[in-house]
Amino acid sequence: MSPFAVPAIVFITVVTVVIGAFGYKISRNTSDFLVASRTVSPRLNASAISGEYLSAASFLGVAGLIMVNGVDMLWYPVGFTAGYLAMLLYVAAPLRRSGAYTLPDFAEARLRSSGVRTLATGFVVLIGWLYLVPQLQGAGLTLTTVTGAPSWVGAVVVGAVVTLNTAVGGMRSITFVQAFQYWVKLTAIAFPAMVLLAVWFHRDGTPSPARQPLLDDGDRWLVPLTGLGAHPLFTDYSLILATFLGTMGLPHVLVRFYTNPDGRAARTTTLVVLGLLGIFYLFPTVYGALGRVYVPHLLRDGNADAVVLVLPDAALGGLPGQLFGGLVAAGAFAAFLSTASGLLVSVSGVLSTDLFGRWSGGHGSVRDFRRAAMVAGVVPLLLALQAGSLGLSTVVGLAFAVAASTFCPLLVLGIWWRRLTPVGAGAGLLVGGGLSGIAVLITVLGPPLSGWPGTLLAEPAAWTVPISFAVMVLGSLATQKQVPADVGRTMVQLHAPERLRLHG
Amino acid sequence: MAARDGTLGAMDTEPPPRVKVVLADGTRRPRPDAAAREIEEQTPVGEVLVTGLIRTQLALAVRLSLVVAALFGIQPVLFALAPGLAHVSVGGLPLPWLLLGILAYPAVLVIAWVYVRAAQRNERHFAELVSRE
Repeated sequence: MSPFAVPAIVFITVVTVVIGAFGYKISRNTSDFLVASRTVSPRLNASAISGEYLSAASFLGVAGLIMVNGVDMLWYPVGFTAGYLAMLLYVAAPLRRSGAYTLPDFAEARLRSSGVRTLATGFVVLIGWLYLVPQLQGAGLTLTTVTGAPSWVGAVVVGAVVTLNTAVGGMRSITFVQAFQYWVKLTAIAFPAMVLLAVWFHRDGTPSPARQPLLDDGDRWLVPLTGLGAHPLFTDYSLILATFLGTMGLPHVLVRFYTNPDGRAARTTTLVVLGLLGIFYLFPTVYGALGRVYVPHLLRDGNADAVVLVLPDAALGGLPGQLFGGLVAAGAFAAFLSTASGLLVSVSGVLSTDLFGRWSGGHGSVRDFRRAAMVAGVVPLLLALQAGSLGLSTVVGLAFAVAASTFCPLLVLGIWWRRLTPVGAGAGLLVGGGLSGIAVLITVLGPPLSGWPGTLLAEPAAWTVPISFAVMVLGSLATQKQVPADVGRTMVQLHAPERLRLHG
Repeated sequence: MAARDGTLGAMDTEPPPRVKVVLADGTRRPRPDAAAREIEEQTPVGEVLVTGLIRTQLALAVRLSLVVAALFGIQPVLFALAPGLAHVSVGGLPLPWLLLGILAYPAVLVIAWVYVRAAQRNERHFAELVSRE
């Protein structure tokens, strides 16, 4: 393995921690980023959103999935991107205009119900933890690949670094750090990929990725609907639904939209995000395909998630291979650090205001936030150690499924449908979140299942999302007397352009 | 629906907020404005204006979602019904890889760009309507 990898990882970690701590001092003096937000341009903000969003699953997991299962897995990066399109069409501008900082804030502002707020808090924590697990797994995998240490070492060490960093206050709302991470990640994945492609084209008689002699799945890998298990069409559509609709419900995604000055800027930002994500996601495919040519042994070892890390060294060799090996290791760590920090800050935020704050009576003090960060960091670490055998993107896919079954209906109906009531919304959250949550628990912790039960539980969105929408609509229609009295004013605030200053 | 919600608004116990319209154009002085007041006070006329904007924006989002469904949602069924398509090669790349690996991203970007332009135009029309009446 590349001798540059460990120094590169240490470097990127130290830089992140130092900039985070330095930025915290600044942000404390300027009353946090509420003030900074008015000067954040859509382009900088979009880099920050993309930097926070591109996780270990995007950087390592997507290439691994493509290497194993082929073309069907391209739906993951396409869905991760198109999720922002759904967000743009239905949520971005009205959500910014609502002034909500978190999903529980939105629930309470729209429905005037502390019960729905509490439910929303619960699901923010659940989804945040679920999404943190693969980040920690990715850290373990990276350190194992680079140093040979057991996988729990990486998860524990890096989980501790991010938790302490968050508890001390680093990384909070530092738009600049997250924007920087996007460009680190893009450079780290794109530059080696282009060199790898060029080298591959210039070597005569190079085998095609599909016809790797060591593998027997040949053309199957090239063809759609072959890498999705027993019921490919169902799984395909369920995956599409989960990723297209789940993005808007991820806790760390929403917070960033608050840094837009107004609804119009929120739209422009989302447009730029779609461009930045689209560029990034062109490259994992290159690693997945060339991995079959140069490092097919990963498939036999069940270690395909490491393909991005080992491919440059294996394919190029010598000093270039080692340099690029160090670069991708640094990029993987940037991915892990930025997403995990963003998630941890979001989860700690809602935990400290809605849980610890209520107990201690001090509405989300710094001490509450620190305690919340400890809890928020330790739980997913335990889960990560338990769920070691699942692929990175599988767990991320499950988090998307829960988000799509809870917050997608809440946001879409809350923004576009006047007649939504607290009872309807609460029932939809409970049923949609409960069903998808149970499916996740069985998939992650239970015995392996086959046939339809296994398919339905491993990729639940196709049935849990419609059920959640239906329960919210029917529950609301049955309780029309509870429509919040100020819904008309809320609708004006959500949809009227800010420059008219119509908000009452 | 507008009338019903108008009644709800009238039952609102909070005092009616002061009407104050500031147009984006900074050189003009803020002045009270009839249509804006209708919206602020949630009269039936104001309701019609806002409901109209919401309907227009929702229709736009739904139309573009149908485009997304046609471009993306159709692919699994298409390749299931016509497996031969998967072996069609375009520019050296198999068709499914070209569609999802490369073309999907510019397609999403173009749809988003169309949306942003149209949504912004809808809001401009709404603003003109409100400030003209």
